[in-house]
Amino acid sequence: MAHETPLWEVFIRPRNGLSHKHVGSLHAADEVLALQAARDVYTRRGEGVSIWVVPSKAITASDPDRAAEDFEPTADKIYRHPTFYEIPDEVGHM
Amino acid sequence: MYSQGLIGADGATEETPEFLARFQARIDAEEKIEPNDAMPEGYRRTLVRQIGQHAHSEIVGMLPEGNWITRAPSLKRKAALLAKVQDEGGHGLYLYAAAETLGVSREQMTEELLSGKAKYSSIFNYPTLSWADIGVIGWLVDGAAIMNQIPLCRCSYGPYARAMIRICKEESFHQRQGYEIVMTLARGTPAQKEMAQDALNRWWWPSLMMFGPSDADSQHSDQSMRWKIKRFTNDELRQKFIDATVPQAEFLGLSVPDPELRWNEAKGGYDHGPIDWDEFWRVVKGGGQMNVDRIRDRKKAWDEGAWVREAALAHAEKRAARKAALAAE
Repeated sequence: MAHETPLWEVFIRPRNGLSHKHVGSLHAADEVLALQAARDVYTRRGEGVSIWVVPSKAITASDPDRAAEDFEPTADKIYRHPTFYEIPDEVGHM
Repeated sequence: MYSQGLIGADGATEETPEFLARFQARIDAEEKIEPNDAMPEGYRRTLVRQIGQHAHSEIVGMLPEGNWITRAPSLKRKAALLAKVQDEGGHGLYLYAAAETLGVSREQMTEELLSGKAKYSSIFNYPTLSWADIGVIGWLVDGAAIMNQIPLCRCSYGPYARAMIRICKEESFHQRQGYEIVMTLARGTPAQKEMAQDALNRWWWPSLMMFGPSDADSQHSDQSMRWKIKRFTNDELRQKFIDATVPQAEFLGLSVPDPELRWNEAKGGYDHGPIDWDEFWRVVKGGGQMNVDRIRDRKKAWDEGAWVREAALAHAEKRAARKAALAAE
């Protein structure tokens, strides 16, 4: 075959009130077929009420080799968490 | 399954001793490896082979059961079998997607299946001769697959582990519907019970072979265990399967076709007779009853579907071009 069938990432909202979550991917020629295939492949047992499909090539991902410099600095900023601050017990729940 | 920068890209890594030690340390710390992470070429290759074989097995596994959809004995059984076969197709797709994150394309994997380069589970090269076979396949073949797959939910490669979690959730219905079919036959007329026994006789040994060669002869086992792709050896899983299944057969009043099967109090499990590994290798290498038919049927489906794939792509291009022209006006 001349071209490979494009790849799509599939996101499903399990029920209203929750956000769409990535569940997997599939191949389809266009967005109409991608939605139909996503329904068949990823929602056979009531897994969701809404589907998003996104062309995989439209996703920009962070570089895993930079994960340390990107995300580790947040670990030493403990003053961003409520438990960093001391409040006497008498004050009650805060 | 995820953003797949790897297809066609060079995923090669310089495998210095320091790199390999760092990678092993991540595995030992139970860290999951994700698609774009640096990984040894051997790890990538092992996963591509294993996930690919697994995906092919799901797809080829639709054929022996598809054989009985039009001849299921009731509407209830037909609906359940259709749903099961549809699940197997879905499982194949989850697994192909997981393998694709390692830099192999769907087309390439399909080509390797059709050319005979890639293997699939040897169990599907046995014929399904009677309706009882459909029951026994659900009970034993899906049962053995579940035994193999549950530890894979904790595999070190993230996309494979996530696909396996989905698959295991869905497989449990397969095994139960199979056991129910066998139970119905075992409690039916003497002729129906005989059918169930005959199917068990034919599928028992091939099911035990599904766990692969004995640990002593398994060429990929040690490294896969170190990389936490595998969590248990072939023989450990086979033993678990036998211990779980023999009481289920006894409950049905059916006998397992192994005269040497004995409960071993000391080890807390069953001892079993020797497995015919010559038969296993003969079937793996293409000498099973159905090897030729299975690949012929897959090839036919692929070739006869070519015009649909091409038409869908042509239609998508036409729509995209029309949309672009409209936007330009």
